[in-house]
Amino acid sequence: MIETKDILETIQMIRQENLDIRTITMGISLFDCVSDDADRLCDKIYDKITRTAEHLVETGCDIEKKYGIPIVNKRVSVTPVSLVGGNMSPDGFLKIAHTLQRAADTVGVNFIGGYSALVHKGMTQGDRNLISVIPEALAETQLVCSSVNVASTKAGINMDAIRLMGSTIKRAAALTADRNSIGCAKLVVFANVPEDNPFMAGAFHGVGEPDTVINVGVSGPGVVSSAIARAGDCDLSALADLIKKTAFKITRVGQLVASEAADRLGVPFGIIDLSLAPTPAVGDSVALILENMGLESVGAHGTTACLAMLNDAVKKGGVMASSHVGGLSGAFIPVSEDAGMITAVRNGALSIEKLEAMTAVCSVGLDMIAVPGDTTEEVICGLIADEISIGVVNTKTTAVRVIPAVGKTVGDEVDFGGLLGSAPIMPLRPYSPAKFIHRGGRIPAPIHSLKN
Amino acid sequence: MKAVITVTGKDSVGIIAKVATACADNGANIVDISQSVLQDYFAMIMLADIDTLTVEFSAFVDKLAALGREHGLEIHTMHEDIFNTMHHI
Repeated sequence: MIETKDILETIQMIRQENLDIRTITMGISLFDCVSDDADRLCDKIYDKITRTAEHLVETGCDIEKKYGIPIVNKRVSVTPVSLVGGNMSPDGFLKIAHTLQRAADTVGVNFIGGYSALVHKGMTQGDRNLISVIPEALAETQLVCSSVNVASTKAGINMDAIRLMGSTIKRAAALTADRNSIGCAKLVVFANVPEDNPFMAGAFHGVGEPDTVINVGVSGPGVVSSAIARAGDCDLSALADLIKKTAFKITRVGQLVASEAADRLGVPFGIIDLSLAPTPAVGDSVALILENMGLESVGAHGTTACLAMLNDAVKKGGVMASSHVGGLSGAFIPVSEDAGMITAVRNGALSIEKLEAMTAVCSVGLDMIAVPGDTTEEVICGLIADEISIGVVNTKTTAVRVIPAVGKTVGDEVDFGGLLGSAPIMPLRPYSPAKFIHRGGRIPAPIHSLKN
Repeated sequence: MKAVITVTGKDSVGIIAKVATACADNGANIVDISQSVLQDYFAMIMLADIDTLTVEFSAFVDKLAALGREHGLEIHTMHEDIFNTMHHI
């Protein structure tokens, strides 16, 4: 029996509180496309993606209509390209990027992820060749997203890879200088990267995955912040309970959509990613949740504690609502994509150091942070190394998506448009980690006893 | 299978009739209606059986939405499963 109050609650969540399904992402294995010839490889990749994902977008739109809930993005993720094109030259890898763009255009998806390499312990020649053309690939395509895993809790931190990513990020910024260095917004450096993440820019189709799979990312920060605002002056136990119940409802919608999409497309259902993903829309903000919990502004002392509780409660509610949970599953705190975070940075309430602390208790990391264009490679490497260490030591995923916006400095803002939003340039520490970064080598994997 | 049809907007003569006619024309059988008028504001929730629909469900959703636009009303049609999964374990 459907009750009137349940109907009204659902409709209010969708129409007023921005409840949506953030993404249906189809993971596609490209291992069966492997070839020693670049053109042949590209043809097979194009055919496989366009054949497998042919009905993805229309199916998404149909489900959207059936349940009256927006499904914001339909995306494709593929096997890390460095594995599929292991024997390719840099030119060959660049051809693959253009092929992915062409395939994405044909099937009509919003993004395609998997222009990726996994180099947490070391690099093959294929990895090197791919990474060497990431800046060009991101500058010459619009929908291709790239990620590089440079560390894991079991392997430690590959500092040579971080060194390489520092220069790659700077080059990606320079090659897209005329577009606010947007290339960097499509490039993520990871520790402990999940293999079934549906969210961009870090999505790829892992090696342990089936041939094709449907993963779904839910959203709904607006729903959680409204529920907290309505709850008034309750204590934190009651608040945690409320967040759990709200997360349960949000995730159930994700599960419904995921099962239906998997059924209709004849593809196995993979996971629901329980992340609270904000958008620049007013009210659809993780920062606003924290402020409704009782902070004057996100960035205040107490922010990390609020975020830790929020993240935990979302997982507890979400796990109960879904048969399989995976991906990143945590609150996202991207600066440019969250109106509340942008305001806090503008007001000086939120610093990079506080953001770093926040990433220790939630996914995913220093995300969509714009820094001065004259930031040196070594400082970017230091920023990455710090963030990656948090992930490695705490056995969790962390990531860095940083934009050294060419020609911009503290006080300026960069606007990427759409879901990527706009970001005030954040100041970084002026002191150099250059000697540390240039040592190279690997930071050994951390010990897992004697935990303090 | 049922659909939940919600209709909101400024009150006027014959809203229920228009929506009911659209349902009948497309083979949807209305099984429940709850309706209220607060001052000039009309709000209705209708439950309709869609097993007997003579058109695709997505076309039915579009037709009702278009009917709403024609008469200055918001009409949303959603499959019942979204409410069942969200509010029942």
